[in-house]
Order: sequence, then structure tokens, then C-alpha cells
Amino acid sequence: MVKGRVAVLTGNDAIAEGAIVAGMRFFAGYPITPASEISHYCAEKLPKYGGKFIQMEDEIGSMAAIIGASMAGGKSMTSTSGPGFSLMQENLGFAIMAEVPCVVVDVMRFGPSQGVATVPAQADVMQARWGTHGDHPSITLALSTVKEAFELTVRAFNLAEKYRTPVILLSDATLSQMSEKVEIPDPDTLEIIDRKRATIDPAQFQPYEDDGSGICPFASYGNGYIWYTTGIVHDETGFPATSDPDKLTIQIDRLYDKINDNLEDIVQVEEYLIEDAEIVVVAYGSVARAAFAAADAARSDGIKVGVIKPITIWPFPEDAIKRVRERAKTVLVCEMNHGQLYWTVKEIVEGKAEMAFLGQYNGKLIKPDKILAVIKEVTAGVS
Amino acid sequence: MSDYFEVRLSGSGGQGMMLAGTFLAEAAGIYEDKYIVLCKSYGPEARGGACRSEVIISSDPIVYPEVQKPDLVLAMTQEACNKYHKDLKPGGIMIIDPEHVKNIPDTDIEVYEVPLTGIARDTVGNEITANVVALGALAAIVDWVSPEALKNAILDRTPKGTEELNKEAFDRGYNYIVEKDVQKSRTVV
Amino acid sequence: MSVNNGFIEKYLRTDKLPHIWCPGCGNGIVINSLIRAIDNVELEQEKTVVISGIGCSGRASGYLKFCAFQPVHGRVLAYATGIKLYNPELNVICIMGDGDCASIGGNHLIHAARRNIGVTAVVLNNNNYGMTGGQYSPTTPKKSMTRTSPFGHIEPPFDICDLALTSGATYVARSHTYKPRILTKYFQKALTHKGFALVEAMCDCPTLYGRLNKKGSGKEMLIKQKDRAVQLEKAKKMTPEELEDKFTVGEFANKVKPEYTEQYERIIEQVRTEDS
Repeated sequence: MVKGRVAVLTGNDAIAEGAIVAGMRFFAGYPITPASEISHYCAEKLPKYGGKFIQMEDEIGSMAAIIGASMAGGKSMTSTSGPGFSLMQENLGFAIMAEVPCVVVDVMRFGPSQGVATVPAQADVMQARWGTHGDHPSITLALSTVKEAFELTVRAFNLAEKYRTPVILLSDATLSQMSEKVEIPDPDTLEIIDRKRATIDPAQFQPYEDDGSGICPFASYGNGYIWYTTGIVHDETGFPATSDPDKLTIQIDRLYDKINDNLEDIVQVEEYLIEDAEIVVVAYGSVARAAFAAADAARSDGIKVGVIKPITIWPFPEDAIKRVRERAKTVLVCEMNHGQLYWTVKEIVEGKAEMAFLGQYNGKLIKPDKILAVIKEVTAGVS
Repeated sequence: MSDYFEVRLSGSGGQGMMLAGTFLAEAAGIYEDKYIVLCKSYGPEARGGACRSEVIISSDPIVYPEVQKPDLVLAMTQEACNKYHKDLKPGGIMIIDPEHVKNIPDTDIEVYEVPLTGIARDTVGNEITANVVALGALAAIVDWVSPEALKNAILDRTPKGTEELNKEAFDRGYNYIVEKDVQKSRTVV
Repeated sequence: MSVNNGFIEKYLRTDKLPHIWCPGCGNGIVINSLIRAIDNVELEQEKTVVISGIGCSGRASGYLKFCAFQPVHGRVLAYATGIKLYNPELNVICIMGDGDCASIGGNHLIHAARRNIGVTAVVLNNNNYGMTGGQYSPTTPKKSMTRTSPFGHIEPPFDICDLALTSGATYVARSHTYKPRILTKYFQKALTHKGFALVEAMCDCPTLYGRLNKKGSGKEMLIKQKDRAVQLEKAKKMTPEELEDKFTVGEFANKVKPEYTEQYERIIEQVRTEDS
């Protein structure tokens, strides 16, 4: 319920509300638990803003439709859960390759295949990084509160528009159904970024000509520009450039560079009590909440624990780990999976601190007590 | 953290436990400017099966979002009572409907027996309002949510034409506790 | 129309020519007919989006001077749905092969037709996958030899027009590359139709399907099309045996039914009226 500027919203509703505030005017999706309420919200609200909602025949079609709408100039989004996210990977690759802004929400459920639809997990973290084939960068944000579900959805659209790329939002089954209070900011106070539009004479327009910023201006269909693009590796003209080895490298580099050259702007991380931390817990999404509670409890027991919560899972906040790896005795990664981001963190730690892992995959949120117990075990081992 | 309360509202599908959770969360969140978390869980047996909603109310931001040791449990079925009384904090409050809950657990909790379904059916005239009767009783028992906030939150979501019915249900529950000065059947181990 | 009045330069990206299609391939004839239809009905190039799938026919969008793109295999109609729904002012033309349209994209085809969304589907049916080397497609006739049916094909083919018709398409027609003017006529009707329109153009692949089935040269195959084509009315009186190795041509549907994006626009109007 939204009452004035205060709202009690579920994680799913907050994503949909955030998207609309960010200017999303096209949503395509396919029913799937635990993401369906995002569709419900968009189906009901979008027409009020002149926006469009469509339930497509499957998630392949949903992803295709939002790319199409974005090429026609609209901010667009789809939402799904694991099985649908797998189906979206094909067209997600096209959005990366053709540099079409859009937002994809994956409300993570448990396990491979149908798994368990109604319980949370964080096992799509690597799929968000590498789910579609071929070399490509990924911008992926993990949500841990309803407030973040709103705010980071706005940010996801800003990043998508600014860097002309799909942005993935990872939520989970618990957050999706859980309500919290959100202060809906005055839209005028929010930073809303729209893609840089082509202004050049249409006769001179090259769809992938770098204007020096690394990001090519976008020409929406219907605005006087006639241009071509393809999911085939292309050059600045948009046409295939598959026989020149140098051009192949340039195109892949360009996709990476526009992200890697802007890490300062893109990467987002929350740090808690890390200045003097001997044990640094790395946790994201819903698990980060348990990590904060565990850190407080550990501190009151005299154990110096801090938390690093990556908000952009991809690009991963490497520097935050590098800053603590020599000072901390142990880096403890907590996640609701069999071990995914653990390996990324371990690689960055480079043996400069001990590594510990708490992976829980039983469909339940990790409780603060459980993290605290591991912290105490680690402390006992260290001393 | 005296200003931090965990509530579990439990029963079977159709008893309005989900909606009661929403009322409570919106009362505290919107009308009393508290931080809240509301979690609803219902299995595939949504209608007729066990279901519960959980609310955390706090004046500080809520870090961990799940109810761990509830301060109050509302149990509308024997099954819910059996399952959830163990989680209650020592000295925690349990509200039960004696029509559905016959065996009261023998532990260190405060038990309020309120004929919620009976009041809804016989006095208010609609059994479906038992959840609102329960919230009225809850508001009279605890001091961390006000009856005004709860009433406002309920009326925000009440379908047109049923406002008076819901108001009455709420007041009947509230007054049952206040006027009759209900003796809590406290059992101490 | 003469070739000297800028027609070619207006519609084709001449710098991308010559095209990759083999001698005797029917694709060029179909695209020629399509461009003439577009010109005759005066679609604005800036307001027209051409999407083509993967395969030989998929190359078409790159030769055409429109807002154009080539996404992944089989998905053109789903992309088209997003474009058309977001901006109904745009004309959206989808160029697909038989595999693209009826196999990997079959689900999108039936649902685009069911919704009656106002896009034009152009299907170039050459009865096999040419680009990948001559494998059987969902329209390959039974007993045919292909690279993946080396002992003769055992699956019955789809009739793409039937499929579209049954799914709800409101304009459906079929002709072939021996009759380019008829194709142009059908394309014109499809392009100006309100609702989902599909035109299937039977065209030959002498390099693969033709060679593997000893159908002769491209020229011979083209001439044979004339004999294989049976008018819709005539076909109704023929037995399945008589229709073997033949295809029906004509307009299978030309109906008026509510178009999808128009209905959605009405929803928007209705919601906004109620709100204000």
C-alpha cells in the first residue's frame, strides 16, 4: 500500500514501483513463482502512465519483446525466476551485443531445474555473470531490503541507460514476498538517467560510432534514423565484421571497456565495521542482513567482525576486498548456495588472509546465530 | 532492544491471517512510523491448510528480517498452537481461540483465551471477521501498537459497505479484553 | 519500374551487394516483390522496421534501407511484438525462413497470430535449412532427401498458412517466385492490413534441397513451381494424392478483427479516463 510518500510494499512490488518511477513504460513477462507479482503490479499500473504490459508466450519471447521495445525507444523490463532466467539467456546476449538498455529481474528460487519455487537461494549468481554464451561483461545488482528493491531498480535503469547494456537485478524468494516500509522519494529529487540520443544528421549516423565517451548515442526507431544492427559481431556501421580478426577483438573490448573504464561509477558496496575487523564477512542480498546482525552480536562478545556487502555483484567490488585482505585474519563468505561468489573472493584475497565459507542450501535464510557460530569457530581456530 | 517486537499470526487458510498481518504491519509502519517487516508464508495448501504471517515492529531499522523468538503468537488452530508456542520468548503472549484450541501448552507463557470466532459469528454476525476481532484483542493486550493505528489500517483496506462491520469486530475484540478484564490463564513451569 | 530512377538506391544498401544468395535461389525475387509492394503502399522508411531471422533469408534485412536488425534465430516475431506494442506508429515487417518461422520460432508465430498484432510476416519457404547445409525443416515434404534425412524424410510437413490461419492470423496468403507480381499484390495487402498478416512465398533452394532431391537447375525448379501451384478453389476439389508434391496458392484469410495494439490503446484511454 502506498499512502502519500510512505509505502508498505513487498520486494516484488517495490521493484515494479521503482521501475515505473525510473520511467519504465514497457514490461513483458511470463508467469513464474516467486516473481509473478511484479507482472501483476505492472499490468495494473503501466496503462495509467501510458505504458504497455504484455504477457508473452514464454520467457524467450519476453526478453525479445523488451529488447524490441527498448529499440523503439522505451525503458523496458522483464522479471522471472531461475527456469525463465535460463530461457532469457539467449536474447540477453543480443541485448549485450547490440547494446540495448533493459532491466532483467531474477527472483532467485532454490536449486537447478524447477528446484523449489517458493524458497530462497542465491545460486544464480554465476548465471548472472556467465549465463549467456561468449565473452561479455555483466552489470548485476543484488537486493537485500525492500528499500533497496525500490532504489536499486531505479539505479539499474540508470546504469542500463547510461551504459547501453542490460542490467540484471537479483532478488530472492524471501525478499520477493516480504513487506517493509519504504519512503517513496519525490521523483523530482531522484536522479533519472535517459540514454544519450543521437543528434547527428541522420545521413552521417553510424550506430556504433564512439563519441569519445565509450558509449554510442542511441537512435530510437521512428525518429528519422535508418540504421542496422545485428547480434553478429559488428563494427561501427552495425554491419557484420567477422572476417577481420582485429575488428572482432575491438568489438569485444569495447563491450568490456565501457564497463571497466567506469568501475568507479558502477561498483557499489556497503562496508560495515571493517576498519579494525579481524574477521570480514562477505555477504550479499538477504544474507547480508544476517551478517550485519551477526557482526553486532560478535562485537558485543568482543570479536572484531566487519561486513562487506557487495551491491554490484558484477562487476565485483574487488577493491573493497583488496583493502581488507592484508589486515583481516579471515575472510568469511556466506551465501545461500554450494559456493559461488566464494571462489571470486578467494581469488581476490590471493592467500593474504585465511578463507572460510558458510554455504547454506536448504531453502532457509541463513540465521545470524549460524554466522556467529562460524565466526566463533574461526576465532577459536585463529587464536 | 526493548523496542523490538516479533509477532506471528497463525491459523489455517481462510481465517484471514495474511490480511491480519498486513493490517498490523501497515498500522505500525504507516500510522505509527515504525520500521516493519511482514513475511507471509503459505504452502500449496493456501486454502484450508496451515498458514501464517509474521510481523516485526521496531523503532530502529530492522536488520534480520525473519521472526526468530516471537513476543506474541496468535493461534487460531490447535495445529498452529502446538507448532508455534515453543518459539515464543519466555513469558511471551499467546492469544488462542478456545473454539479451535483445546489443549493449552504448559509452558512459561501468558495465554489469553478469547472466543474470537464466537464473537465474530454470534455478536458481529460474520465469522469472517474473526481476524479483526483478534486484532482488537491484541491492541488491548499490548502497548506497542495503538488501537487507533490498527483501526485506521483496517479501514484503509476495508471494502466499501463493510466499514461498520469491521469497526464493530475490532471494538468487540478490544472490549472483550478491557471490559471483562480477562484473566490470563498463566501457566508457569 | 525501371532501375534507373533511383529505386534501387532508395531501398537497397547497394554497398552491401552483391548478396550472398546462390544462383537460382528464390530469395531475391521475394525481396524484389516485397520492396515493390512497400514502394507502392508508400511506407516511410524511417517509420518502418524490418527484422529478419537467421538463415539465408535472414540476410535480407541487411540489404534493405530501413530501420533493420537481425536478432537471434527464431525470435523475430517476439521482437516485433515489443516494437509494435511500444510504438504502434511503426510498420513492422518480419522476414523469416521456414525453419525460423515454423520450427524454432513456431511458438512466437502462433501467439503473434493469436493476438492479431499488426505486424507483417514474410515467410520464404524453401523446404530446408539452406545456410547450415541442407537439413530438413518443418516444411520438408515426406520422403525428401536432406542431410539429416539421408534415407528419406519420415515426418509430415507443416502447412505454414494453415498454422497461421488456425492460430488467428487475419490476413494469410501464399504464392511463389514464378509469380512475383502476385507476391507483390499479396504483400501490399499484408502491409496495409490491420492485424497479423502472413504471406508465404514458396521459393527454391536449387543448391541444396534441389540438388539432394534431383530437382534440376534453378531455372527448371522455378518453371516447375507454376505446375506445382494449385489455386485454392481448385485444390478443394482435389484428393490428397492429387495434391502430392503440390502447394495451394491464394488468399486464405482476409478478415477484420480487433488489432492487438489498438485494443491496448483503448485500455490505456479507459484507465486514464477512470483515473481523471
